[in-house]
Amino acid sequence: MRWSRSNLCWLALALITAGYLLFWALLLGATATYSTTESWLKVVQSGEIRHATWLSLVTCSLAAGFALLLAVPVGYLMSRREFRGKSWLDAALDIPIILPPLVVGLCLLIFFQTPIGKVIERGIPFTYQVSGVVLAQFVVAAAFAIRTMRGTFEHLSARPEDVALTLGCTRFQALWHVALPAARRGMVAAFCIAWARSLGEFGPILVFAGATRMKTEVLPTTVWLELSVGNLEAAVAVSLFMVLLAVVVLVVVRATGEKV
Amino acid sequence: MIQLDQLCWKVAGRTVLEDVTVSIPANTYAVLMGSTGCGKTTLLEILCGLRLPTSGRVVLDGVDVTQLEPRERGIGYVPQDLAMFPGLRVREQIGFAPRLRGVPQDELNERVNRLAEQFGIAPLLDRLPDMLSGGEKQRVALARALAAQPKLLLLDEPLSALDESMRAEAVSLLQRVQSEHSLTVLHVTHSSSEAAALGHLHLRMNAGRLEVESKA
Repeated sequence: MRWSRSNLCWLALALITAGYLLFWALLLGATATYSTTESWLKVVQSGEIRHATWLSLVTCSLAAGFALLLAVPVGYLMSRREFRGKSWLDAALDIPIILPPLVVGLCLLIFFQTPIGKVIERGIPFTYQVSGVVLAQFVVAAAFAIRTMRGTFEHLSARPEDVALTLGCTRFQALWHVALPAARRGMVAAFCIAWARSLGEFGPILVFAGATRMKTEVLPTTVWLELSVGNLEAAVAVSLFMVLLAVVVLVVVRATGEKV
Repeated sequence: MIQLDQLCWKVAGRTVLEDVTVSIPANTYAVLMGSTGCGKTTLLEILCGLRLPTSGRVVLDGVDVTQLEPRERGIGYVPQDLAMFPGLRVREQIGFAPRLRGVPQDELNERVNRLAEQFGIAPLLDRLPDMLSGGEKQRVALARALAAQPKLLLLDEPLSALDESMRAEAVSLLQRVQSEHSLTVLHVTHSSSEAAALGHLHLRMNAGRLEVESKA
């Protein structure tokens, strides 16, 4: 009796999971019916789309890398220290997740018109540049990476770091020699989430970096550009190509992470 | 010698440790008992510098170390869960402190091998923590703490994860380690038999206050 109830529970959970996956399969299948072999060939042969693909891969990887570099110290601080105003800081770190993407782009655009922004632009130009694409992706991706790293450190006992301190480590050495090796899978997960979020980023890039072909055009921008000229088939083909690309990259990164 | 001078620790308006004052002479094996949640672990954490007391002083061999960092105190700490470093082999766990201090490789290897022999874990040197039993982890954690050559060793219920047959063996190992390394030990336990077998000095924590029960 107990077994059958347990099996019924697993069956119900499996059905919920299968239902969700089926929903996504139907969405992608319906989208695929708008795509033809010719449109796929056009996508592969198009110089603009090849450039957008390459730029997406490079900018997403850079944004995810920078997001991870920020997420590790911030996540560690938030998980290990109690301080006054922590709940406010916690809320502030989530602002990029809550804000509409277009607003993030608008904020970036306005910031780089301020005196501080103009000084930064003199050193590294961001507005309507490739570096602006990376920055727009980074701003949102970093918030997700920080959440992931904070969760990772919260699930790891602080005790080994405490012991490391008594064995002669500074706090930085305890982080480097003990906490980071223990958090390596969380770091892979944070990178994956940041990368995936960056690949899907559109609003801030459009507003802040523009949609200039062969310059700041990334794959989501291509979908928008193709749609705006009524080329639905190409837009669909690029969309499906993005899905394929995301799945391949995430599977490869996660498989690598399992071996770490 | 360890001197705790009127130590207090309060958190969120609650007094956990109140006016804790005691002297533990050098080369003494002190045993601390008390009910769960009475502040024993907090006291150990204050001693090794992981927590700052609300008031009072910690004096080691005549030096006030209350404001010193844990790494500056020369205190070894073995927590209840033994806190193995994930991903480091037994050899690296034991060699952790000497490597940090820049001990030359030959001397480091010699120190690791000597401790591994002493604790009977030489065949385990290339194993990861996941491949060790509770008793083996306990020996590795002790060897790792001693590799830093501490003057004082703090043990937080180090035998709680061992079964009855292994516990007797571990008790004799701790006695041997204390006398061979001329250590001052403060050992937290719930076991009266463990306390009777090991302790030269018996302390009891009661509602945040420390009492000396008996001296051997």
